[in-house]
Amino acid sequence: MSVPLTLLGLLEREPSHGYDLKRDYDTFFGRGKPLPYGQVYATLSRLARDGLAVAGPAEHGEGPERKRYAITELGVAEVETWLSEPAAPEPHLQTVLFTKVVLSLMLDRPADRYLDAQRAAHLQRMRELTDLKQKGNLMDVLLADHGLYHLEADLRWIDHTVARLDILGHTVRRNGKDGTDNGKHSREIGT
Amino acid sequence: MTIIEARGVMKSFGQTPALRGANVSAAQGEILAIMGPSGSGKSTLLHCLAGILAPDEGSVWFDGQEIDKMSENGRSALRRDRFGFVFQFGQLVPELTAEENVALPLLLGGMKRHAALAEARQWFPRIGLDGLEGRRSGELSGGQGQRVALARGLVARPEVLFADEPTGSLDSVSGEHVMDLLTTAAREQSTTVILVTHEARIAAYADREVIVRDGRVSTLTGAAT
Repeated sequence: MSVPLTLLGLLEREPSHGYDLKRDYDTFFGRGKPLPYGQVYATLSRLARDGLAVAGPAEHGEGPERKRYAITELGVAEVETWLSEPAAPEPHLQTVLFTKVVLSLMLDRPADRYLDAQRAAHLQRMRELTDLKQKGNLMDVLLADHGLYHLEADLRWIDHTVARLDILGHTVRRNGKDGTDNGKHSREIGT
Repeated sequence: MTIIEARGVMKSFGQTPALRGANVSAAQGEILAIMGPSGSGKSTLLHCLAGILAPDEGSVWFDGQEIDKMSENGRSALRRDRFGFVFQFGQLVPELTAEENVALPLLLGGMKRHAALAEARQWFPRIGLDGLEGRRSGELSGGQGQRVALARGLVARPEVLFADEPTGSLDSVSGEHVMDLLTTAAREQSTTVILVTHEARIAAYADREVIVRDGRVSTLTGAAT
């Protein structure tokens, strides 16, 4: 999963401090592995260096100095490209797919279209593997079957997720607003 | 070249809409998978395309003819002479032998019994059932029966084969055997196949797939545009 693009996506919702981004990342995507603060600030610096985000002026108050980061137009385009392009159809894509779906819903982007594109990419790969099975020897068949069964599992997850997008969107947006840590369930099941 | 097409097809059962403006077409010789969750309308769409059900609105075209405007006799002739069918549970005639079941479409099309049976027998080595021509459906396994049903669906060299969950009652190995046979035979005789399935591994045998959701057809593309 791409941490920089995920943080950039979170910035698209609203300008945020590193602390807020870390909290939301851990809630929705951390899967029980909190993002180190050092990685958050190093990533934000790189995003700013590459013109994908800009840092506001340092804010003085109690505690350490803080900067609020905002996404740039270039950054928005980068997020859009990442979300809309299907990932290479390989087994065990669930983490990146999960991230893309949740982020899309947070940003009111068309998660259903992204999932359909991913579905098409998966089916295309399955067609290629099926073709290989029909023309190949037993070893090819066994190897192709391994890929096919894993891709099929991903597709089932995609279908289930498409069927639940409305309720998932409601949950994601509600949790995002009140900032409560309802991500504990996803940590428990290890998604 | 498009050989069969549904245009804006709507179909309800009582107050329950099954299709809400479905559009889909298949080219000659194409294997098209229609996917979708249970209750999405995919089997209803297949039945409308095959002229088994008449749409409430919209139209279905086959080879330049609007089939829902044809007489019932005309549609029956179309289904008998130019279409083939394979369903989930074979639906072999239990009183007939396997070869008589395969020969049925030829006999109904007017071929003499001797010639029809001879033609039917040629399918048995091909479907891996050489020597089982005289068995009745009760003496065949599920996979064997489905292969007989497949031969029956293709024996008259139909222009379109409608296959509704043809592997739905089979284990995965038997299901793949049926799909291997179906796609190989269909490609050899340039038969268009309309394949309804909810299984991605089965749909992967097709050239292209569409998905039915809530009675409408989505064409999947590789980019989310």
